Amino acid sequence: MTVPEQDAAVSAPQVVSSFLEQRKEQIAQRWADTPLFRSVFTVSRDEAVEACKAVVEALSEVAVSGRLEDVGSPGFAPVRDQLGRMTQTRARTGSTASQIADEVAGLRVPVVDLLREEFTDPTAPPAQEAVLALTMLLGTLRLVVMETALDANAELIERQRQQLLEVATPVIKLWEGTVAVPLIGTLDSARSQVVMESLLEAIVDQRARYAILDITGVPTVDSLVAQHLMKTVAAARLMGAECIVSGIRPAIAQTIVQLGIDLGSVLTRSSLSDALAYALGKQGIEVSRAHANESIR
Amino acid sequence: MQPSGQVSATSLPIGSDADLAWVRQHVRQCAAGLGFGLVQQTKLVTAASELARNTLVHGGGGRVEITPLDNGRSRGLRMSFIDEGPGIRDLELAMTDGYTSGGGLGLGLSGAKRLVHEFSVDTEPGRGTTVTAVAWVAQVPASRPGV
Ligand SMILES: Nc1ncnc2c1ncn2[C@@H]1O[C@H](COP(=O)(O)OP(=O)(O)OP(=O)(O)O)[C@@H](O)[C@H]1O
Ligand SMILES: [Mg+2]
Repeated sequence: MTVPEQDAAVSAPQVVSSFLEQRKEQIAQRWADTPLFRSVFTVSRDEAVEACKAVVEALSEVAVSGRLEDVGSPGFAPVRDQLGRMTQTRARTGSTASQIADEVAGLRVPVVDLLREEFTDPTAPPAQEAVLALTMLLGTLRLVVMETALDANAELIERQRQQLLEVATPVIKLWEGTVAVPLIGTLDSARSQVVMESLLEAIVDQRARYAILDITGVPTVDSLVAQHLMKTVAAARLMGAECIVSGIRPAIAQTIVQLGIDLGSVLTRSSLSDALAYALGKQGIEVSRAHANESIR
Repeated sequence: MQPSGQVSATSLPIGSDADLAWVRQHVRQCAAGLGFGLVQQTKLVTAASELARNTLVHGGGGRVEITPLDNGRSRGLRMSFIDEGPGIRDLELAMTDGYTSGGGLGLGLSGAKRLVHEFSVDTEPGRGTTVTAVAWVAQVPASRPGV
């Protein structure tokens, strides 16, 4: 290929675009050996080469549109999914977003070297301009990759949040007729709703007469959390179960009182085992040592 | 992470439930770093939770400025919750135990005031609300067992 060096009418982006188009195969061969592609396409090198070609084509598209610095350039659209999958693969093996960005930056040298070879005088202004345009374009590619990485992260976080909502509220059957929920972490409105629903469901399923809400793992009880607890207790009561709140730590007890929250209508016990002993006692079940006949209460 | 004892002034956004969780966590860390005991930490975090939620729910979002204090005799923490929301028309009413304009318990403002040492509200209808709470590390006399 001969780049028309004298032809001032051909802009640097156009030079870059036709270079990318015509040298697609060579660029792809070189990129396929860079850490970014090599570590994603571990099974087949041909696959890596194909993936590289798709990226080169996209870059050529973007260059021809002249929007070298536009992350939203439509030319990137065909490779966004592929780039997203690649960053996800890297992320899964423990790479951070900035490591991935560094790997994308590593694509620059091989392709810039190839571009320089196109010019008889690589130090002349047209060559410099073309290199600058290509460098800009690869900088934009880096941003696009970062963007897909962040999108993937946001999705992952949302998914984990949803999972937490479900995972963090197991209702445990402690005894015939007695269920317990060990609450852990922040009790925001969404989680309180889930807790209430699963507890009421368990009360019905297990025909529970006693339900224990253990808040040992809840770091802060403010007026909203207290309100959620009281609502849950009231709802359980309507289902015919008596609710016991256990695990109120001394610091939290003092804070609740000073805040002005009246938990007087709520049955409380200091620990989960005290709450269980209470529930068992109410059902006429006494726990005692096999020999010493010494009740735990 | 800050090394304990080294607490710097920070401003945190309040725009979502997740932000509230972060504010609580940050206040707890600062309070621990300044030498607040467990009960005082819990009170500070709870007050922060109330006031930050008011900023979010009633003020439409805003920010909190958390500043470590040192008056020579004691260390303390100042938290200013700032929003540019509707403001509070009748502050005395809002500060009454049990008063709520929504479905709350109406204990956030009045309760938070009881949990800290200094408390002030600067509000103007239509302009916004700034609630400032200050607490000082309790100076417990060294030898008084059983108190
Ligand atoms: N930042 C604010 N901007 C505007 N109005 C506020 C603000 N903070 C409090 N208020 C008003 O003061 C009232 C009392 O606040 P308070 O926190 O005591 O109760 P609440 O938020 O309604 O319920 P909760 O007990 O759940 O906190 C609120 O209902 C609201 O009308
Ligand atoms: Mg409130």
